[in-house]
Amino acid sequence: MAEMRYREALGAALREELQRDERVMLMGEDIGVFGGAFKVTDGLLEEFGESRVRDTPISENTIVGMGVGAAMAGLRPVVELMTINFSLLAFDQIVNHASKIHFMFGGQARVPLVVRMPQGAGHQLGPTHSHCFEALYLQVPGLLVAVPSTPADAKGLLKTAIRDENPVIFIEHESLYGTRGDVPDEEDHLVQFGVARTVREGSDVTIVGISRMAVTAERAAATLSSEHGIEAEVIDPRTLRPLDLDTILSSVRRTNRCVIVEEGWPHGGVGANLAALIGEQAFDDLDAPVQRVTGADVPMPYSKPLEDIAYPHEPQVVAAALSALGRDAAGRTS
Amino acid sequence: MAPPPRALPAPQEAREWLQTMTLIRRFEERAGEQYARAKIGGFLHLSIGEEATIVGSARALRDSDYLISTYRSHGHALVRGTPPENVMAELFGRRDGVCHGRGGSMHMFDIERRFMGGYGIVGGNLPIAAGIAMASDYSGRDEVTLCQFGDGASNQGTFGETLNLAALWRLPVVFMVTNNQFGMGTALGRHSAVTDLCRKGESLGVPGVRCDGMDVLDTHAVVSETVERVRAERRPLLIEAVTYRFRGHSMADPEQYRTKDEVEAWKQRDPILTFGERLVSEGVLDAAGLEEIDAAALARVDAAVEFADASPFPAPDELFDDIYVLGDGSRGWYSVETTEERSAGAPSPDGARNDEIPQQLTSALAAGEEGGEPEGETVRRRAAGG
Repeated sequence: MAEMRYREALGAALREELQRDERVMLMGEDIGVFGGAFKVTDGLLEEFGESRVRDTPISENTIVGMGVGAAMAGLRPVVELMTINFSLLAFDQIVNHASKIHFMFGGQARVPLVVRMPQGAGHQLGPTHSHCFEALYLQVPGLLVAVPSTPADAKGLLKTAIRDENPVIFIEHESLYGTRGDVPDEEDHLVQFGVARTVREGSDVTIVGISRMAVTAERAAATLSSEHGIEAEVIDPRTLRPLDLDTILSSVRRTNRCVIVEEGWPHGGVGANLAALIGEQAFDDLDAPVQRVTGADVPMPYSKPLEDIAYPHEPQVVAAALSALGRDAAGRTS
Repeated sequence: MAPPPRALPAPQEAREWLQTMTLIRRFEERAGEQYARAKIGGFLHLSIGEEATIVGSARALRDSDYLISTYRSHGHALVRGTPPENVMAELFGRRDGVCHGRGGSMHMFDIERRFMGGYGIVGGNLPIAAGIAMASDYSGRDEVTLCQFGDGASNQGTFGETLNLAALWRLPVVFMVTNNQFGMGTALGRHSAVTDLCRKGESLGVPGVRCDGMDVLDTHAVVSETVERVRAERRPLLIEAVTYRFRGHSMADPEQYRTKDEVEAWKQRDPILTFGERLVSEGVLDAAGLEEIDAAALARVDAAVEFADASPFPAPDELFDDIYVLGDGSRGWYSVETTEERSAGAPSPDGARNDEIPQQLTSALAAGEEGGEPEGETVRRRAAGG
């Protein structure tokens, strides 16, 4: 075990997989000489050389598409996009090509490609650099979607993603890069896809937090316990496809109440999807409607006070949990 | 002054080129007929008129080289040796199709023969071709990738992005624009500011040459020279093959954007007729030999139709196959699908209705359920380790 930052854990995963498998190579904008826009790939160019760590022009659709072709021809490319917002320029290669090639060519080809990119608000980057799009990728059959929230998961999930035979959309979070945590240092620290992490056990309400919101949910759970005597169970699904629905359902069957927290937009969001699944599978176990806490239904504004209220924070999660338990904002039973 | 005609290859090779061009022509004609009989659905884009471009270029490749093309790609599969039976079965949406009926006309593929696919998105195959070429280069193999696309694709963003990157990284890829004069129904001069398409890559570091796409000999000569230059020099080059499609863009095309006279003028240069005449004039074949080649092609495509018609449709329980490669690294629910609702009552391809869920489907799904799982209408697919 070693304490490391989220960005260092990702860098360690890349380094180990580059060492382990000659087929692994990295491509992205400013990942080499510059060291990565978020310094995840710092030092890898010096260590592995220009053939395996490639700075690319600003051509998102083509670098992802080249990753698709290279993966079809036997490599294991890891493409870094500077933020998830720019992945929309590569939406064609991700959605029309990477996700469909195995299926539409009758299983003849595989696309073991990882597309890494961060998302998230909080840095006043405005409407085109701040959004969360896990819901867009979650919708696409053929893609796997990972949303790590801790350094340990960042490392373990990324190593698993690189070894997987399917295209993986690997969504990091800008606000988490500097966070610290214990990370197993063994070479084979792999985190299975489709296995949720129970962040905190509790019996009163289940809170599912997506990406950074798993961290926000954990803080909210501490407040619920210390200020309201409510013990929340916090679950971080870690991957949205495949989804560990069993762990979520089994928790909801014990707590009978559920709050889903995500940073993205409400319409057609991860929470909307999960609430529907819970409604279909565990309706009789619910004592209250499933609550969703989401980003505001607006393009992300630049101005700090507006940005702050456009994505969820701890108080909104506490309020939603209280509401699910039939209590008012002060915690009284209404 | 027109350049002197290109010399013929060895007689056996010349005959094979004519045979393959004829096979593609007859295959496409039959496919058109089967489309009219509703045996084939969706879109159907035929290569009639473009056979010399296809055969001349593909025959410039080694077996280890990659070929990748567009949604007009039946001929590309055939030229690489994919049996016409399996190409036709794909058009029919049958289990014996090259892609088991998942891709259809626009998405042919044959990994064994290094035909890396037909792609339905205009310009979508360019980055993929560069990625394949990068993999060859990365692995120290001297394969070349031949990437074919239409004149319309030269206006897509991927054209500029991919040519730039391929030149920058000196990738062994030949970009070949099949200039059939129209991006769907929009004439070249109405869709591209630069109509000398062979020059369109110059500012991106990819110089180009032009070949007569109606002449299999010229196409073969130019593409061979280019492929070998790319193989030796490790840099991309562009080829413009000037050709013409005799039929509409797809089967649903009233062709209001061109005149009958124009089509007739191009038909005077029919690549199969002109090459056949040349072979006869040089004594490689006689009239009976020509007849024989045509009769053999017709017999083969008739057999392909018969084969496709006899091949079964995919079963409903194949719907979820090959979406994912299921592995040990994952568990949990990959997909969520109300398959029972979809199967029950849905019309089957032959028009009958499936009122019952096939037993095989329900049991396969039930096997994936854990004990204690509530019974619901929603069924889910789970990873092997789940």
